[in-house]
Amino acid sequence: MIAQTPPSPESASVAAERPYYPNTSWRYGLDRLFVIAIWSAIAIAIAALGLLLFDILLDGLPTLSSQFLQGFPSRSAERAGVYPALLGTIWVMLVVMFVSFPLGVGAGIYLEEFAEDNLFTRLVEININNLAGVPSIIYGLLGLFLFVRLLAPITGGRTVLSGGLTLALLILPVIIVATREALRAVPDSLRQGGYALGATRWQVIWEQVFPIALPGILTGTILGLSRAIGETAPLIVVGAVAYISFVPEGLQSAFTVLPIQIFSWASRPQQPFHAIAASGIIVLMIVLLLMNGAAIYLRNRFQKERL
Amino acid sequence: MTAELRLSRSELWQPNRNKNKLVENTVKAITAAFAFVSVIATFGIVLTLIVETIHFFGVVSPLRFISETRWTPLFSSAQFGIIVLISATLRTAGIAILVALPLGLLSAICLSEYAGVRVRKILKPLLEILAGIPTVVFGYFALTLVTPQLLQPLIPGLSGLNALSAGLVLGLAIMPLVTSLSEDAIYAVPRSLRDGAYALGATKRETIIAVVLPAALSGIVSSLILAVSRAIGETMIVTLAAGQTPNLGIDPTVAVLTMTAYIVQIFKGDAPAGSIAYLSAYAVGMTLFVMTLLLNIFSFWFVRRFREKYE
Amino acid sequence: MDSNTPLPNGTSEVVLRAKKLNVYYGSNRAVRDVDLDISENTVVAFIGPSGCGKSTVLRCFNRMNDLIAAARVEGSITFRDDDIYAPNVDAVELRSRIGMVFQRPNPFPKSIYENIAFGARINGYKGNMDELVEQSLRKAALWDEVKDKLKQSGLALSGGQQQRLCIARAIAISPEVILMDEPCSALDPISTLKVEELIQELKQQYTIIIVTHNMQQASRVSDHTAFYNAEATEKGNKIGYLVEYDRTEVIFQNPAQQKTQEYISGRFG
Repeated sequence: MIAQTPPSPESASVAAERPYYPNTSWRYGLDRLFVIAIWSAIAIAIAALGLLLFDILLDGLPTLSSQFLQGFPSRSAERAGVYPALLGTIWVMLVVMFVSFPLGVGAGIYLEEFAEDNLFTRLVEININNLAGVPSIIYGLLGLFLFVRLLAPITGGRTVLSGGLTLALLILPVIIVATREALRAVPDSLRQGGYALGATRWQVIWEQVFPIALPGILTGTILGLSRAIGETAPLIVVGAVAYISFVPEGLQSAFTVLPIQIFSWASRPQQPFHAIAASGIIVLMIVLLLMNGAAIYLRNRFQKERL
Repeated sequence: MTAELRLSRSELWQPNRNKNKLVENTVKAITAAFAFVSVIATFGIVLTLIVETIHFFGVVSPLRFISETRWTPLFSSAQFGIIVLISATLRTAGIAILVALPLGLLSAICLSEYAGVRVRKILKPLLEILAGIPTVVFGYFALTLVTPQLLQPLIPGLSGLNALSAGLVLGLAIMPLVTSLSEDAIYAVPRSLRDGAYALGATKRETIIAVVLPAALSGIVSSLILAVSRAIGETMIVTLAAGQTPNLGIDPTVAVLTMTAYIVQIFKGDAPAGSIAYLSAYAVGMTLFVMTLLLNIFSFWFVRRFREKYE
Repeated sequence: MDSNTPLPNGTSEVVLRAKKLNVYYGSNRAVRDVDLDISENTVVAFIGPSGCGKSTVLRCFNRMNDLIAAARVEGSITFRDDDIYAPNVDAVELRSRIGMVFQRPNPFPKSIYENIAFGARINGYKGNMDELVEQSLRKAALWDEVKDKLKQSGLALSGGQQQRLCIARAIAISPEVILMDEPCSALDPISTLKVEELIQELKQQYTIIIVTHNMQQASRVSDHTAFYNAEATEKGNKIGYLVEYDRTEVIFQNPAQQKTQEYISGRFG
């Protein structure tokens, strides 16, 4: 009982006597321009990234050698190396890790699992938000005042320890936020299951919640550490020295780190120093790559175990 | 409370509730103390800045700080016009925002509205790499490639150190931040709003510009403010590529000295501790801190005021 | 009910006609072989249990399914004798002539005024915008409640008001057909009543297709009713199909199909 009315192919627009003039061809033209604009934007960003990486490899690969990796700073670019800076970075990172991980995770656990909604909690939360927005160089001013001068008897002044503590404070908000997010992602049913068995809050957190949240926490921590590894400004203020001809031997040793070494070479006017700055950047980027690789590996491994 | 309830009836089943309680309270106290470290850090920052800034203002009156038009702390007739450093920071940060806002926002739209799953899987990690590159590397890039090889051929007479190159590269450095935060905001706009616009005969562009972006406004603005605050506080790119020359004005083609670059200049070892130049670095730090704090507060207020709640 | 009401296949002009309509999501067929005529100035209700494809069919009429990458439509739908899935038909233009109101009120995060003006503006409205806004709000029975706060956000209204704002927004671009996808399911009973009264008003000028879960609503507001049902396939997913389509009073009092009878009397669904 269906009427047979063949569709008329030519009339797509059924004209109506309405005061509307949709002008679709003009609008579609704008749509096409818009599409071009957005793809160009992302292409520009990716191209700039490519250019940057290419430029650094081009400048830095020729001077990247085992002698460069094992060498000490020198007045001639040909003989200079990054060994003390590389070890300095590792030393500082160890301090940052051992300080910021327990502090950040502890604070995250407190805020997410224990904290009642009171003035103290709100104060801490507002603080963390604010701290995340404070420029890193300001942390340097704090580190100089607090660790280098005020706590000099403990830290020994402009040392690995002072630098590490300063950077630990810097990335604390990153780790706290990562911890909180990881804990929040754990379903509440799990906690309630624990409580129903008569476990205390801490038992539930430690035995049920924390293991599940750990991959997320570790990933966040490594991301925080990768940020710390590239930080230059606060360490300049705290007093890492660019020209260091020895390897740090302890927490109270004077030190330099890779980014500062790169900075000091890059700010020289002579081209050969720019080349070894680029070599230094390659070393720094390889360290970063290894850390991020570790983060991805950890995440994948824990995810598999859970399934 | 548990003691009164007498929950354990079995002789075999005697959990040590007192010990559990003790452990729990200890852990709670320790983690609370850890959380308090962040408060101490803020307190320390504010205190440090205030103490040294007060010392500075004991020598140089705040009036001079805001009214002088030259910045020459190491000269015998020293002048401390913070406006000089602020004008430099505004130039680099302003250029950076002019780069980062359009690039970042358009990329965010691309990722959330146009890119397919597979393209997204390639683009997102690339932007994460860009976001993870240390700023000293960007500084090297601006100094050794962007200025001499890209900009100087285009702009004859461009100084080897200049605000333009630093600003452009700074924009590139903060662009991934704008992208990822804006993308989150755009992604959170419910599908039903888009459908509402499409059902009225809107094209994709019209839907995005007239409906999706306004709906994501609070998130986009807060990402922008965070980017501004990052651009103002960034140090290494401007130190390496923008120069060390105090220069009041709006010309981006000359070498300038930003607030952050000045602090680096002082602590690289030129000024002895306690000297007036040294103290002035803290006053500059204080100015920087107040500016970023105000931006933070504004962002907080804006998001509260303009966030639309969707079911 | 008015005895002059044209039958689905009667003499009054057919606005929309679906022929052998099949909808697929990926490789799954969601709806099979729907044949249906919608006459001018009638209210047609789509009823049926969840997953029977009534919303899916509705969204074919203004090609909203185009927005879902995996969706594919076979068969034909003609709108006043033009195949709306023909390659030369622009979905954007089609949607400006077939309006839609959604399950949950979805006002834009703009002022009440702008919510209405937006559609008119993109469609190149050349008349007086203030008048259009007022007219549309009056037709949607919302004018008296909002005339003093046109600059306020549409989101500040109550749920029922928001839904009437969405109806006003749809009317503002003078569509010929309005599709309503369970427009009252998120509303309280009083707001529901208002929207139903509004539908009665609107049918003087518009052809309305309304998907509803609520059978009383279907019997109250519609002239014709289409009953859809779903059957399971061997693969385990459900396919929706049109069981019966007739005058609403026939469907509710004397349906031809057993399934319809069972659904109407509440035996399943």
